[in-house]
Amino acid sequence: MTSYAEPAAGAKKLGLVIDLDTCVGCHACAVNCKEWNSGGHSAPMTDLDPYGANADGVWFNRIHTFEAGEGPDSRTVHFPKSCLHCEKPACVEVCPTGASYKREEDGIVLVNADTCIGCKLCSWACPYGAREFDADEGVMKKCTLCIDRIYNENLAPEERVPACVSTCPASARHFGDLGDPQSDVSKLVEARGGYALMPEMGYAPVNRYLPPRAGKKAVGCTGAEAELAKPAETAGLHPLLRWMDKVLSR
Amino acid sequence: MHPAFSVIFFTVASGAGYGLFALLGLGNALGLVPADRVFGLCSLGLATVLITAGLLSSTAHLGHPERAWRALSQWRTSWLSREGVAALATYVPLGAFGIGWAIFGNVDGPVAIAGLLGAALAFATVYATAMIYRSLKPIHQWHNRFVVPGYLAMALASGAALLNAFVQIWGRPQLAVGVVCAVAIVVAMFAKQRYWHFIDTTKSASTPETATGLGGIGKVRLFEAPHTEENYLLKEMGYKIARKHAAKLRAIALNAGFRIPLALTLLATALPGPLAIVASSVAAILLLAGLAVERWLFFAEAKHSVMLYYGAQTA
Repeated sequence: MTSYAEPAAGAKKLGLVIDLDTCVGCHACAVNCKEWNSGGHSAPMTDLDPYGANADGVWFNRIHTFEAGEGPDSRTVHFPKSCLHCEKPACVEVCPTGASYKREEDGIVLVNADTCIGCKLCSWACPYGAREFDADEGVMKKCTLCIDRIYNENLAPEERVPACVSTCPASARHFGDLGDPQSDVSKLVEARGGYALMPEMGYAPVNRYLPPRAGKKAVGCTGAEAELAKPAETAGLHPLLRWMDKVLSR
Repeated sequence: MHPAFSVIFFTVASGAGYGLFALLGLGNALGLVPADRVFGLCSLGLATVLITAGLLSSTAHLGHPERAWRALSQWRTSWLSREGVAALATYVPLGAFGIGWAIFGNVDGPVAIAGLLGAALAFATVYATAMIYRSLKPIHQWHNRFVVPGYLAMALASGAALLNAFVQIWGRPQLAVGVVCAVAIVVAMFAKQRYWHFIDTTKSASTPETATGLGGIGKVRLFEAPHTEENYLLKEMGYKIARKHAAKLRAIALNAGFRIPLALTLLATALPGPLAIVASSVAAILLLAGLAVERWLFFAEAKHSVMLYYGAQTA
């Protein structure tokens, strides 16, 4: 149903916390997402003309890179973006068929590929570009938060996290229950001032981004003296007097 | 936003069809349209063809048209679903009105009531269509108060222009129909100009800074896109139109869609029969062509907030 219960206080809100300070922009999360989900809940992740001039395909996770600020105060920030599993998902509200839905038990937003008519309205309603249309299958696709991993008892417990989280070499991605203030991810958000994207849209995203830490503007230690030696006070003297100064200074 | 031909045709054709049907229902109740059966058959027939062709066209852009019936289920939250329900419901009074008028030659009592009920449902359908766009927060050029009045007024104006041409062709010109048509065109033009003024002078509250949350560091700009080729998002939401082209197309829409049809409609009230037929017919055809340009612009000039992640500075 496209009408959904807004999460009650304390309800489970599974989501991601992405650390923009440590993300190195390697795209491994996007690649592993593609790999896992090519056989996962919303498989296939269709590629059209993959080796041709106009390669196109469905991805659930895209890594943008931004520059913010000017000069020495500027930062280059790698910025992974996938579905934010909003608490008020307009993509679900606008769906005319009920194919898009938000799970009450954990807040994950999913698409039922058997009832999706491919009208694309949900992708228009999403301000974040989290949904991508599969032109080959004629249905909308999106991040499932790896619903087929996180509850999968055939996997070792440490692997029961989204593929993007499991693969991140910089540990910039964290998965957990953001509805529980005592969870590791909630504490991380609290400690680092995690924030939501485009709050003015009013969709109340669950995922949080951790801002880059304040940059170090001072030059680090290179083993050299921090300052150049001052010019000798005798620089303007007659060469004979300079020689005498040198001799007497020994 | 990508201007899909199927959706442009749908909104223009169905809008005109619903406008024509609504005016026939109202006009019949007020005794302003000829009651003869052939007139009913032709005018209601055209309205039905326009509505149906538009609705069928709208299913053409679906990934799974065979599942379109499922779109009737979520009317509690989805304006697209409400539009579908209203569109189908409108066929009931449309059928009753048409059968009563064109087959039994009866335009009174229950048949007239069916016409009025149909007018209300036609209004509701166009309203729901407009609300699909109006309700989308990520698109500033759609999420504003000028969209719904514009859609309603343009549906009414195009329907009125068709009705005016019909009564002229039937040799039964009615000053009231001409006046309604002229007023509807003026209202639609006013609504569209207010809309254009709005989108020219305002922009979305969302910026690259709010989209990334990095505004605290400074001005945010895209350094590197996530992919080298265009993806679905860029093809669907990244449509761009040069400002100079937009200005030309607006002039075309304004003149073909509103100004010339208005002049021809007024002229037709004063001209003798054959010339009035030509003037009112040309007015209707031009108006529909102008609205197609206007609708193309409605999509092409709409900017989606997702483009803030792809280098757009405003949305």
